[in-house]
Amino acid sequence: MMTQYVHQPDFMTGDEFSIPTFSLLNPEGELHSGADEPALERDHARRIYQAMLATRILDERMMAAQRQGRLSFYMQCTGEEAAVVGATAALNDADMIMAQYREQGALMYRGFSIDEFMNQLFGNELDYGKGRQMPIHYGSRKLHYMTISSPLATQIPQATGYAYGQKLAGNGHCTLTFFGEGAASEGDFHAALNMASVHQVPVIFFCRNNGYAISTPAVEQFAADGIAPRAFGYHMHVIRVDGNDVLAVYEATRLARKIAVEQNQPVLIEAMSYRLAAHSSSDDPSGYRSKDEEEVWRAKDPLLRLQKWLLKKQWWSEEEEATQQETLRREVLETMKRAEKRSSPPLESLISDVYADITPALQRQFDQLKRHIRRYPEAYPRGAQSLDLDVGTETDTQGEP
Amino acid sequence: MATMNMLQAINNALDIAMAEDEKVICFGEDVGIFGGVFRATSHLQEKYGKARCFNTPLVEQGIIGFANGLAAQGSVPVAEIQFADYIFPAFDQIVNETAKFRYRSGDLFNVGGLTIRTPYGGGIAGGLYHSQSPEAYFTHTPGLKVVVPRNPYQAKGLLLAAIRDPDPVLFLEPKRLYRASVGEVPEEDYQLPIGEAEITKEGTDITVVGWGAQMEVIGKAVELAEEQGIACEVIDLRSLLPWDADTVAESVFKTGRLVVSHEAPLTGGFAGEIAATIQERCFLYLESPIARVTGLDTPFPLVLEKEYLPDHLKIFEAIRESVNF
Repeated sequence: MMTQYVHQPDFMTGDEFSIPTFSLLNPEGELHSGADEPALERDHARRIYQAMLATRILDERMMAAQRQGRLSFYMQCTGEEAAVVGATAALNDADMIMAQYREQGALMYRGFSIDEFMNQLFGNELDYGKGRQMPIHYGSRKLHYMTISSPLATQIPQATGYAYGQKLAGNGHCTLTFFGEGAASEGDFHAALNMASVHQVPVIFFCRNNGYAISTPAVEQFAADGIAPRAFGYHMHVIRVDGNDVLAVYEATRLARKIAVEQNQPVLIEAMSYRLAAHSSSDDPSGYRSKDEEEVWRAKDPLLRLQKWLLKKQWWSEEEEATQQETLRREVLETMKRAEKRSSPPLESLISDVYADITPALQRQFDQLKRHIRRYPEAYPRGAQSLDLDVGTETDTQGEP
Repeated sequence: MATMNMLQAINNALDIAMAEDEKVICFGEDVGIFGGVFRATSHLQEKYGKARCFNTPLVEQGIIGFANGLAAQGSVPVAEIQFADYIFPAFDQIVNETAKFRYRSGDLFNVGGLTIRTPYGGGIAGGLYHSQSPEAYFTHTPGLKVVVPRNPYQAKGLLLAAIRDPDPVLFLEPKRLYRASVGEVPEEDYQLPIGEAEITKEGTDITVVGWGAQMEVIGKAVELAEEQGIACEVIDLRSLLPWDADTVAESVFKTGRLVVSHEAPLTGGFAGEIAATIQERCFLYLESPIARVTGLDTPFPLVLEKEYLPDHLKIFEAIRESVNF
């Protein structure tokens, strides 16, 4: 780059740039004047809406189940369904998604079944993760959705590496990684963007700026104009988008994917949205934000906005809405009952997958554990059940007084 | 057979792995055209192109984060951290990500292809930040394998095994021996087993255990002991995670005495793990307390490095005291 010399000191702050927000639909579900409708087929638009609706209903039901004590923990995507599902819908279904933890809408769109969600949430014997992670840590190899990891932002440089491998493989795929505006403060975020730009990697960095990192508001997270301007520092394509407008999210991500795959260039997308629900089932937002503030955003509900657009286009009907909601609620409740009743993963899953093969040292520890459980089966009902021991009745090892 | 120093042996192993499998990719700070600050990756970029051997920005957490993603995608990354002293920015990626990738996904995804190479250890006037032996931080992390070679022959065979191992491996290279250790190394492909210790010298009076650069120091101490008629059995662990407790226990059943030596500080060092395991297994066979000869519980010094290091005289003294207990 040519250096231009000046002879008066001139400090810059970045305020010279102003990054606008790309928006297509207004909250009434009508196109803004001057906006072009994206080339979205009827069936595709319906698939997006149905995934958003299913995510909303799953979240409502599971939060209620958590409150009833049926589930240890839960996190809702509520308010951010457009950002998550819209971005996913713009990808090829074989592109890798490396999410943070609040992106169940992406899995819903790709066809993760309610049973598959439930098995993970209840950590039962059918959970792909073998009951090892807290609820909402989903993963699916067949749906190209990397298993969630609790540490924040670790997935971002991994997405850069994954996409570098895709580039070398020359398969025309890319990786999209989701993260929040809070996670963007982590060192891993900066490492990831810089490396992606230096090495020209087909990766899309999708920031869900939902206003809060647990209780910390965005104004206490960064001093600049959000996350988007950081792209300039890495010489990266960037767009800010209305995260509650699924058409805008879809179109921005579709174009970002073209840049990523056709030019091998990373793209940063900042979706402006709002976390309508609590951070998690363990959080109570009334301690740090007002109902009035929440109401402002409830009026911009991304689900209703898309629904209005679909109804106007006659791609969706009130009757379908009612039937769909009813069907989904029933399915969630029925699958939840099934998942709850299933057995826990076998005791062996405690030691498998640490390594490709169980090491002799770990096997010795496990044999010792099994002997101990046989001695005190009542204290370890899950392990005892897995060892086929009689639990809940007096056993020889306990002895009669 | 060819005569190689340890760097040449490592470079040769990388060359063989890259020629054999185009999924093998080497990267790190200064790893590209320069061939690494120690030249372990010399000529690999010329031979295999910039896409497969390249410089990264100066960001260890990024290097390992990138490597984790690349391995999850199915590639076989060999990531270099320029000095083990600088691995700590990547600690989260290694401990929370690399080590847990397979387990947390129920084996849907893994980063088994990953090898992390990093030079460790003192004796080169490197002071606090070019001398550390951080192995014990990582041996406390299930899911990782930790391997340390002692000479060029071991380095080549163990590195090839690490690259092809189905689990992620942290490969600690004793940098003091990079050029100092020279030996016969087969030019062809071969592997040495991960998880198996090697008895480098048989003896009946006392067992002396170490790994990496410390094996040379132990060798000198044992020479002094042998002059006094003490027959030492010397074991190179080679792999610290998993480690071969059986071979050490078998030896101690025979000798009844054990000295373990490493450069890292005493408290929380890996010698403590060995001592605990061996007293459990061999309690009734022990003739004297298990001795640890290690660095002090201080940061790594500079001018007083010689005083800090567990040298051959300190090990010799420990052997003598154990035998005369």
